[in-house]
Amino acid sequence: MVGKKRETGLIQDEPLIFEQGGKGRKGYSLPRWDVEEVEAKSLIPPSLLREDLEGFPQVSEVDVIRHFTRLSQWNYGVDSGVYPLGSCTMKYNPKINEEIARAEGFANIHPYTPEPLTQGVLKLMYDLGLYLSEITGMDQVSLQPAAGAHGELTGMLMIKKCLEGRGERRTKVLVPDTAHGTNCSTSTIASFQMIGIRSNEKGVIPPEQVAQKMDEEVAAIMVTNPNTLGLFEEHLKEISEIVHQKGGFVYCDGANLNALMGIVKLGDLGVDVVHINLHKTFSTPHGGGGPGSGPVAIKKELAPYLPIPVIEKDGETYRLNENRPHSIGKVRAYYGNFGVLIKAYAYLITMGPEGLKKVSEMAVLNANYLMKRLKGYYHLPYERTCMHECVFTDHFQEKYHVSTLDIAKRLIDYGYHPPTIYFPLVVKGALMIEPTETESKESLDQFIETMITIAQEAEENPDLLRMAPQKVKVRRLDEVLAARRPKLRWRPSASPSLHGGEE
Amino acid sequence: MRYFTRYIPHTEEDVKEMLDTIGVGKLEDLFKVIPEKDRLSSLLHLPPPLSERDLIEHLRYLQSPVYTCFLGAGAYYHFIPAVVPHLISRSEFYTAYTPYQPEISQGTLQAIFEYQTLMCQLTGMEVSNASMYDGASSLAEAVLMASRITKKRKVLLSEAIHPEYRQVIQTYLDPDREPIILIPYEKEGGRTDEEILLSRLDEEVSAVVVQNPNFFGVIEDLPKLIERVHQAGSLVIVGFSEAIAYGILAPPGSMGADIVAGEGQSLGIPLSYGGPYLGIFATRERFVRNMPGRLVGETVDLEGQRGFVLTLATREQHIRRERATSNICTNEGLCALMATIFLSCLGKEGLKELAVMNLSKAEYAKKIASRIHGCKLNFNAPTFNEFVLKIEGEPERILEQMREEKILGGLSLKRFYPELSQHLLVTVTEMVKKEEIDRWAEILAKSIA
Repeated sequence: MVGKKRETGLIQDEPLIFEQGGKGRKGYSLPRWDVEEVEAKSLIPPSLLREDLEGFPQVSEVDVIRHFTRLSQWNYGVDSGVYPLGSCTMKYNPKINEEIARAEGFANIHPYTPEPLTQGVLKLMYDLGLYLSEITGMDQVSLQPAAGAHGELTGMLMIKKCLEGRGERRTKVLVPDTAHGTNCSTSTIASFQMIGIRSNEKGVIPPEQVAQKMDEEVAAIMVTNPNTLGLFEEHLKEISEIVHQKGGFVYCDGANLNALMGIVKLGDLGVDVVHINLHKTFSTPHGGGGPGSGPVAIKKELAPYLPIPVIEKDGETYRLNENRPHSIGKVRAYYGNFGVLIKAYAYLITMGPEGLKKVSEMAVLNANYLMKRLKGYYHLPYERTCMHECVFTDHFQEKYHVSTLDIAKRLIDYGYHPPTIYFPLVVKGALMIEPTETESKESLDQFIETMITIAQEAEENPDLLRMAPQKVKVRRLDEVLAARRPKLRWRPSASPSLHGGEE
Repeated sequence: MRYFTRYIPHTEEDVKEMLDTIGVGKLEDLFKVIPEKDRLSSLLHLPPPLSERDLIEHLRYLQSPVYTCFLGAGAYYHFIPAVVPHLISRSEFYTAYTPYQPEISQGTLQAIFEYQTLMCQLTGMEVSNASMYDGASSLAEAVLMASRITKKRKVLLSEAIHPEYRQVIQTYLDPDREPIILIPYEKEGGRTDEEILLSRLDEEVSAVVVQNPNFFGVIEDLPKLIERVHQAGSLVIVGFSEAIAYGILAPPGSMGADIVAGEGQSLGIPLSYGGPYLGIFATRERFVRNMPGRLVGETVDLEGQRGFVLTLATREQHIRRERATSNICTNEGLCALMATIFLSCLGKEGLKELAVMNLSKAEYAKKIASRIHGCKLNFNAPTFNEFVLKIEGEPERILEQMREEKILGGLSLKRFYPELSQHLLVTVTEMVKKEEIDRWAEILAKSIA
């Protein structure tokens, strides 16, 4: 792989870390030896020891820095520009929050540090729970789930356990077609059978259909609100009543809470459990695929079933209570993605009640502005006021044999991350755009102009779209090949040479 | 104060113009779809906002003191080279989403491909996914995967697995469908009791789960055990919580393990009071389609250039919905990147040296502790960087005395193992200096006497 460099300006070629370096090179300084060095062989039977770390990198610190810096330059983040990935809420990640989370008194604290020494961190978590309860209109929060889907599982297991406590074994869960894919797989893992609900022509759940499918076998309905079409589930309260009447629970996927803060409380609409994606609504970074954090907020009835430990406040003392006989148990080791919780807490404190309301208002304003301005250039399947995101399709472009994928890839050439595509599944060729509140009017206008230009290009020079992207490190990639002949790791070549590790 | 305006750029004029374009008079009109009686009429009850300076001060006051740390038990205080936080602070990495659009995410994708490779090399396995939430949930998903493969339900779980991991497995399994049988540890050696384990094997057993090094820091004798379990037709899942051990220990893959699922926090990820950590998950090629989590694969672009994409997504929730192998979506991408950078820095020699230093420090501590009257090593099998001490005296009281000297002296095992009520789990990494070990032993000796 190491050969002549391609001339690509700032985007430089870079082989795999395994394909560079040289024998004996390393980028690490071991602390001083102050005890006698023992020989592993003298203590541990040789059959339990390894000979070698075969294939491991041998590179200097400079090599490592260059390598990962070059890799980063092939990436695009929120800090690079508009990242309108629908349902993912790619808002700005405040820098001070990153810095605070790295402070020694947070980052170097062992999870088994005795409670007298961790009162501050417990207070932080306890208070964050209170604030999230207030925002969602719920009674209590568990901060443990590591991501949204993990929160879903935690919530559904609590519902199951609560029903068992009532002596009921319900087997079904209602999931509308506008739900996130995780809702369906979560139901299965919590050993429920999924029953589909079809959204109506207005893009929301019709209460009549819920009434029809709701019976004593149904444990819960899993609703996403606002839903994946970016629409507010306007009948949620009525739906909750129908579900409650038959003894079921209302689970809300709160991934889109971004649109509702300080406007309406989900708890007031009859929701019993809601998970919150701190890495969406509360500005913690996505990290290229995590770590996230997916606290679950619940109504009182479910409190006995919260995962352990539960943080409790006893006078002025905070403690971790493991002794809760009805709990669903543990969903992970220790207490949650604390490093992420700090950032969400810092964000919440910075924004204050007025700021959070402003977040939702501006997120909704941005989405509606964008929807209005692009309407006419792109087909809008549901023409009504949206919440924090809007969904277009490639229907107008079909006649030029241009698809959603082509539009998405062309955006890359213009320096934008594409929207979410082909999701939600209820819309054919969906382009789901979520600008978030942190985009200014100018940056939105620029993005809109680009989208309009692309619509014109589709008509006049569709190949520009079909051949896109052209201005990046790699062109369109063969995903079929990747799946048909999976190559999921690097392997050393037959030749022992460290260079030229091509397979 | 309106400190939020630095994150929300809209001027009054912008808002007005945008509302005009939309064709509504005021912001509230955008929320008309929400029934008016449900809309909030007052602001949320939240603390008043703080400026950046005041926020720093407020959060400084909530921080904990950092003491000399002899705590381990699944979370390890290791040195993190400056390169790691420096590189993961590149915002092209940390402000990106999951790499759904490969042409604009090659940095993340190549890094994950390198991570997958490193994890295979470390564990001796054939394929690794892009990460799970943590060691505990990773091990739980491994148990679920084994059931999918074998179509059997019963699970044999070593009692020497991290107690919190065992609790998580219990939560993930449905007790009516997937019975768990606990296998005790040998009282002398501290290893999983092989005889009892083999006696509980039958044709209903889907998987045997062990941890290496186990919760007591003891190195399990796996090669023979794995062979016997395979003969009985069950799978072997090997968990771990201290990845540095594999700088010297034989990788589970070379001994025949079917799934390896453990915790990668030791690989450059800060303690952070328990998270975010890194769930490592690796298995055999033949099981790849049953594997949970994201996978990155190599392919080529239109021009034949090498590139990387998310692949085999038909296992995943966004395609397969209710038939997915797991519901996991967001994982621990940035932590996987930390591990990749950390291991790249250490390299072949560095990881081995670091492992030997951990072993040597713990051996030194074992040696001087076992000389103390009223204090002895509880298990005689070899250990890596932690070990169990039996103490004549009240462990909690001794730990309190150490705390007064700014030392976290170990973990009292009573909360997890009632029968080990006089026992301490002590961990010694490269972060602890010889004089600190000496001081720890001194206080230990004094408080026993």
